[in-house]
Amino acid sequence: MPPVDIDATVIANVRLSRDYSVLSLAAPEVGTRTRPGQFVMVKPTGVTDPLLRRPFSVFEVLRNGAGEVTGVSILNKRAGRSTKRLYELEPGDVVSCLGPLGVPFTPVAAPRQAWMVAGGVGLAPFATLAETLAASNTPTTLFYGARTADELFYLDFFERLGITLVLTTEDGGHAAGRHCIKGRVTIPLEDALKAVGPAGAMVYACGPEPMLEAVAKLAARYNQPSEVSVERVMGCGLGGCYSCVVPVKHGGENANLVRSCINGPVFDGAELVWD
Amino acid sequence: MATPDLSVAIGSLTLPNPLIAASGCFGYGLEYEHVVDLAALGGVVSKGLFMKERQGHPPPRIVETPAGMINAIGLQGIGVHRFVKEKLPLLNAAGARTFVNVCGTTLDEYVEVCKVLSDAEGVAAIELNISCPNIKEGGIQFGCSLEGTYGVVNAVKKATHLPVIPKLTPNVTDVASFAKAAEDAGADAISLVNTFLAMAIDVETRRPKITNVLGGLSGPAIRPIAVRMVWECYNLVKIPVIGMGGITDARDVIEFMLAGSTAVQIGTQNFVDPFVWTKVLDGLADYMTRHNIAKISDLIGAFDPTPPKATHA
Repeated sequence: MPPVDIDATVIANVRLSRDYSVLSLAAPEVGTRTRPGQFVMVKPTGVTDPLLRRPFSVFEVLRNGAGEVTGVSILNKRAGRSTKRLYELEPGDVVSCLGPLGVPFTPVAAPRQAWMVAGGVGLAPFATLAETLAASNTPTTLFYGARTADELFYLDFFERLGITLVLTTEDGGHAAGRHCIKGRVTIPLEDALKAVGPAGAMVYACGPEPMLEAVAKLAARYNQPSEVSVERVMGCGLGGCYSCVVPVKHGGENANLVRSCINGPVFDGAELVWD
Repeated sequence: MATPDLSVAIGSLTLPNPLIAASGCFGYGLEYEHVVDLAALGGVVSKGLFMKERQGHPPPRIVETPAGMINAIGLQGIGVHRFVKEKLPLLNAAGARTFVNVCGTTLDEYVEVCKVLSDAEGVAAIELNISCPNIKEGGIQFGCSLEGTYGVVNAVKKATHLPVIPKLTPNVTDVASFAKAAEDAGADAISLVNTFLAMAIDVETRRPKITNVLGGLSGPAIRPIAVRMVWECYNLVKIPVIGMGGITDARDVIEFMLAGSTAVQIGTQNFVDPFVWTKVLDGLADYMTRHNIAKISDLIGAFDPTPPKATHA
């Protein structure tokens, strides 16, 4: 289905911390079309600075009490001018929301396990993927790393879906009674890969690029498939500008720079070429 | 009042309306087929094409600036042969009027690419890219010297029957003199402006914001300069002028037409709003109705230089 462009009213903007917020948008036409891993292009309406929209993975597909889709939310981390504006929005404000866009994740099914690896704001695409995997009773684990425990969000949400949580913090701090391993998220991931059973696991990853590289290489080393969601500076989201390219290699071919907006953002981890 | 006539003529070419998608801002056109009816546009300009495929510059390739963006994509492209084989038939099937943006590192390459396009089915016109600020060889070297501009237009005109439209760079002292050189060499029309050479620095790291360091500035920030340059060219040459630079809505299109544009191109705004086309077409019809204008071509160069009234508005 083609993407739609909506002037979406802000339903809520819940600040999770000094930098993170969950921005909920009234955009039912976007929500009903979204598959896990897809993204939307968002910016406040009526401004020329910032001029361009920013890409955000769809975080949640929102539903009302009757189960009807009412919109989508995005997980926003305040980093630059545009994300600062989005962090400051209030209910009733309006943003331009184009989507859904891009290639989604490929959900696996039991007996294969699903392992979602998230670093920081890279949690974003995994809420919808977790719902899909839970609905098909696929055994699913979320490996989730952050700098500190107060930047680990939505843990209850994933637990309610029956997702196993494996948490890491760089300072070793624990999150509300939950044990966190000190260090990078790749430490428990490698331990799990060493012990993976014959049914195997699909490794999904989203987060900082060094983490994506480490995860894709680990999965390959232990002969497990991986799908990683990349984030590049993106101009249009539709394949028009050629800003968001990443090097991709199919089989024995030379690497090509391909557009992460239409050929991604989800790529086979084995096909991405790392600098 | 009858439906407003939005058609415009560029030499022998008649377009149903003056809106053309700018090169480098619309992929190969087909990327947008699912959001806009390509046949409803006046035309579509392809990404710049050389003889061979090019990878372009390493990312990051763009950075935003106030009311604009700087890009240095580096003309990543599939080459003219693959374009003719893979893209052109689909553009024709979609009813697009396809302008092909032609690049070259040498004069011979411009000529060779144009010959390939002349033999292909369904190319409406050639836009000669002598103005890309982001590559080292060719391109702007031709566009920044009057002799170079004359030479490449003259050589290409001898090699093709297709309308030839050199795209001019604003990074010269007197752009109208380049319009004149192009006209003297036989150009069927000119298009302007390409992007303004620009630069942005990350003050935290002291490093460039994009890999190529320098890039081209586009977007609403450049619009008043582009309007001025279109006006200067319109006053000096008789061939049609295709204006562009930061157009966002119907009002901007009218401004460029009053300054002398026969048609216009929309680029960066297509990134901001891929649904811009129908909004602008509706806006043009509305303007024409309000001003009782039957033919949009009556607006070309219809700028009135009478000084404005001094008001506090």
